[in-house]
Amino acid sequence: MTRSPSALAVDQGALDDAVRSDAALRRFLHGLPGVDQVGAEARAAALSTRSIKTSAKAFAIDLAISMIDLTTLQGNDTHGKVRTLCAKAMRPDPHDASVPRTAAVCVYNDLVGQAREQLGDSGVKVAAVTTAFPSGRASLAVKLADTRDAVVQGADEVDMVIDRGAFLSGRYLEVFEEIQAVKQVCHENGADAHLKVILETGELSTYDNVRRASWLAMMAGADFIKTSTGKISPAATLPVTLVMLEACRDWRDATGRMMGMKPAGGISTTKDAMKYLVLVNETVGTDWLTPDWFRFGASSLLNDLLLQRQKMSTGRYSGPDYVTVD
Amino acid sequence: MPTPFEYAPAPESRAVVDIAPSYGLFIDGEFVDGTGGALKSINPATEEVLSEVAEASDADVDRAVKAARRAYTRVWSRTSGKDRAKYLFRIARLVQERSRELAVLESLDNGKPIKESRDVDIPLVAAHFFYYAGWADKLEHAGFGPDPKPLGVAGQVIPWNFPLLMLAWKIAPALAAGNTVVLKPAETTPLTALLFAEICQQADLPPGVVNIVTGAGETGRALVSHPGVDKVAFTGSTEVGKAIARAVAGTDKRLTLELGGKAANIVFDDAPIDQAVEGIVQGIFFNQGHVCCAGSRLLVQESIADELVARLKRRLSTLRLGDPLDKNTDIGAINSLEQLERIRHLAGVGDDEGAERWTADCDLPSKGYWFAPTVFTGVSQAHRIAREEIFGPVLSVLTFRTPSEAVEKANNTPYGLSAGIWTDKGSRILKMADQLRAGVVWANTFNRFDPTSPFGGYKESGYGREGGRHGLAAYLDVTGA
Repeated sequence: MTRSPSALAVDQGALDDAVRSDAALRRFLHGLPGVDQVGAEARAAALSTRSIKTSAKAFAIDLAISMIDLTTLQGNDTHGKVRTLCAKAMRPDPHDASVPRTAAVCVYNDLVGQAREQLGDSGVKVAAVTTAFPSGRASLAVKLADTRDAVVQGADEVDMVIDRGAFLSGRYLEVFEEIQAVKQVCHENGADAHLKVILETGELSTYDNVRRASWLAMMAGADFIKTSTGKISPAATLPVTLVMLEACRDWRDATGRMMGMKPAGGISTTKDAMKYLVLVNETVGTDWLTPDWFRFGASSLLNDLLLQRQKMSTGRYSGPDYVTVD
Repeated sequence: MPTPFEYAPAPESRAVVDIAPSYGLFIDGEFVDGTGGALKSINPATEEVLSEVAEASDADVDRAVKAARRAYTRVWSRTSGKDRAKYLFRIARLVQERSRELAVLESLDNGKPIKESRDVDIPLVAAHFFYYAGWADKLEHAGFGPDPKPLGVAGQVIPWNFPLLMLAWKIAPALAAGNTVVLKPAETTPLTALLFAEICQQADLPPGVVNIVTGAGETGRALVSHPGVDKVAFTGSTEVGKAIARAVAGTDKRLTLELGGKAANIVFDDAPIDQAVEGIVQGIFFNQGHVCCAGSRLLVQESIADELVARLKRRLSTLRLGDPLDKNTDIGAINSLEQLERIRHLAGVGDDEGAERWTADCDLPSKGYWFAPTVFTGVSQAHRIAREEIFGPVLSVLTFRTPSEAVEKANNTPYGLSAGIWTDKGSRILKMADQLRAGVVWANTFNRFDPTSPFGGYKESGYGREGGRHGLAAYLDVTGA
């Protein structure tokens, strides 16, 4: 039976055709099913009422810790700061060796070498933000040089930003080609850096845009799609993550390939993290419940998870002096 | 391979409710023994007997109606709107204060998941009382003339699917308009009505303004045919509704009926697909499909039917069926064995008629009454499962090609309570809503309720409206307006 030409029935052929021209790409992205704002927000809110207790909570806390990209992206970052952060990523709780290490440390690209050296072969990855993060307002040449710099210093993962200006003015192919070009740099000279594409959903403003930008990034070669830089409010939200996870799921249906997802910014409590994990569990399922395919971009989240973890093992709350400041 | 994320049991404590081993009737402000037999109310999730309640006899009903008449003549019809509002506001606040208790009791007696009784039923109950409390002193501005009068004593009979919410839909407007009431809750779910009686006492509501008589069909019949009743309001099956209409024919009783439905949930090819899937789930699996306005017929545009049904099935496999008191339960128990047998029977008819049955893969508890979420595809307009109200978690999927065909099929039913439209095109929503013969039409959502919005049916789904300003008309003498 031939499939009717519906926006739902996406396959590899349709994806190949879609990027042949600006017009084709526009047709494809605007042909994706719409997102009803009220409905998407209601679904995210409904899932956030799940009650995660006892064994489920213990499991989720450790899973969440293992998914963190422990992040510092400040103008006043120093080698000292990065050193502490790396130590914390490798051994989040100095008193408890059973706490899993975080997935990665995420820094500006001039600190990649330092982080690389600290983390050694611990298994904690180095992620670098590039492409004139957070605004992305630089020429392509500068963005590529920025990325190359990070990759050469040993970044395992590159977190790039899309050109939201180009996206919002409808120059989709330009955004697409820029992601492709960055992807190429990630693989230069035998390097194999994973590419996370930041959509900066707070600037895209509608869920329809979020869905379109997700597909655009996935088609251009993203390994992960990521919500936000953390520098713009709102950063990650549950409904935005829901819409992006649905895109990951539909992408796998269409291509058979997995797609990673990273909400970043504004996720600071254990309760928040539980809500995100429930969202993953019930939207895309178990396959995504691993740091290989789901990450949290966060800084203060880790300490709250550690406090909750201590509470679960000792039965009482300790306090902020029982986790380390970074 | 990642480890599955299993949710540990998260039961709401049932210690917050205190269920007496037996209950009498609430007449004239007090709990009194009935002179009839007794009924057992059971927890449909475990088949455990929760309590014994009185089965009101004709004499008990008579006593209740007389108490209501006395309270109407001597007290309530002379109470100012402002003071009636005071009592209604008080009741609304008490419902909020005791919401956890009410929610747990509702889930125990009815079988619905606690997340629904906690997040939907009980908040809407309080909202209804708040809303009509606001009207009580503003009736002259409601558009029914300068000084609209109450009708007198209202006899109200409600169903088991939303026990306390249906009570609120009946009692709040009646009291706001200045009537007194005798209400009969359903025989399988009387307990929250009896707790509500306690709330009336707590609110110092004058005795006789609200009377609760428990019992089965006979008690209901005695109430609606009692000559002292000025107004009959019924929510329930079309069959019983017709019998009531016959019983009050030729009397000067006013009557409103809110009966069955077989709503079409219409999904166009340009619908926001993920939200449409959610809406279909909300439409038919909310409250185990025990909803008169449930979207039990999915009408999907043929070009996206396969894709939509595949997505729907994937979503349904994530539904969590089980202990209604567990906070993570999505699908609770079927309210009674009788209802379970009716659902099984009609699903069997679907098989016999050649529709294709799909059932979500979930374990059913060994005790209690359960039915897994079920979808029938390949259903035609001629099938009984497309025409008869199943009142359970069973969806019939039909297809259409054009908007006019969708309207034709949606309207081709003796019912007309509700309908849903899913499309990204605003103009199409308006045009469809205009053509659908249904009392409530939802656009890009389903099963959303609000006290300000009138609710009621066309054709065999009944007449009269509940909710909003329209809901007041059912309890006021509006003939002169």
